Amino acid sequence: MSLGPYASFIVTSYAAAALVVVILIGWIVLDYRNQARRLRELARSGVTRRSGRSAVDAS
Amino acid sequence: MTLIDLANPTRFLALTARVLPWLAAATVILLTIGLYQAAYAPDDYQQGATVKIMFIHVPNAWLSMFVWGVMSIASLGTLVWRHPLADVAAKAAAPIGAAFTFLALLTGSLWGRPMWGTYWEWDARLTSVLILFLMYLGLMALWRAVDDPSRAARAAAVLTLVGALNLPIIKFSVDWWNTLHQPASVMRMGGSALDKSFLVPLLVMAIAFTLLFVTLHLAAMRNEILRRRVRSLQMMQASRVAFSSELGAGSRQENASKGAA
Repeated sequence: MSLGPYASFIVTSYAAAALVVVILIGWIVLDYRNQARRLRELARSGVTRRSGRSAVDAS
Repeated sequence: MTLIDLANPTRFLALTARVLPWLAAATVILLTIGLYQAAYAPDDYQQGATVKIMFIHVPNAWLSMFVWGVMSIASLGTLVWRHPLADVAAKAAAPIGAAFTFLALLTGSLWGRPMWGTYWEWDARLTSVLILFLMYLGLMALWRAVDDPSRAARAAAVLTLVGALNLPIIKFSVDWWNTLHQPASVMRMGGSALDKSFLVPLLVMAIAFTLLFVTLHLAAMRNEILRRRVRSLQMMQASRVAFSSELGAGSRQENASKGAA
């Protein structure tokens, strides 16, 4: 597979797309961990939802 | 499970926990197939290998408008039906839409330099997409500026619906004005102008990126629901602290007045 004289433009396009998608995924995963940790801390300090369910409970 | 059931955030969280792994797996498989097909697609007779940028640029460009469309429907859900998850959906989609729009602009620019001889031209298509990108950033700033999510939701919904006017301008800009950007070649009257060898990888990549959006959007919505739970629990904790300190101050005052008597 030869990318010809404009290989740098093609490679940069794909690399930039990969980088942005990885940053998006990383941000979403870290945000989830952060929110789940804060909810666990609140539950440990005795603050719970009125339903009595854990705030991270998904079922 | 009906749409009304999904109005319950707890049920929505249960659904996302079940479907996210499947969606992520389908996205990875389709992206792998699409990238493989894109890598081995033939060179264009005029553009040579730079046509490969199309497989990444076009899906991002489509998604930049699709995501705003999703946010517009969610905004109607906020303003008209007051669906509890509508503003969650709109808020969660904005950064993802901004990322896709940024990629559409960047890859378009990198494609334009070897083909048009310039990275940027203030023509109608490029400028209207840049405006879309700035609107995404504006919406994200609005969400951050207003502390109360329900107040922010109404303002953001109005701004989103006004911004939706830009979508037909982007789509038809290449027909209404004389632009450097080429006219539509896939979704147009009379069928696609693309050869199958380009069209098939392009459609696979478009479906893969759409699945990527759905996966990321559901995960970001889940995060937003958890963020709101954190906020309400913190407010509950703060009000308990305030109540107990008021109670403490009241009993001290009572004791002091008894002592004085």
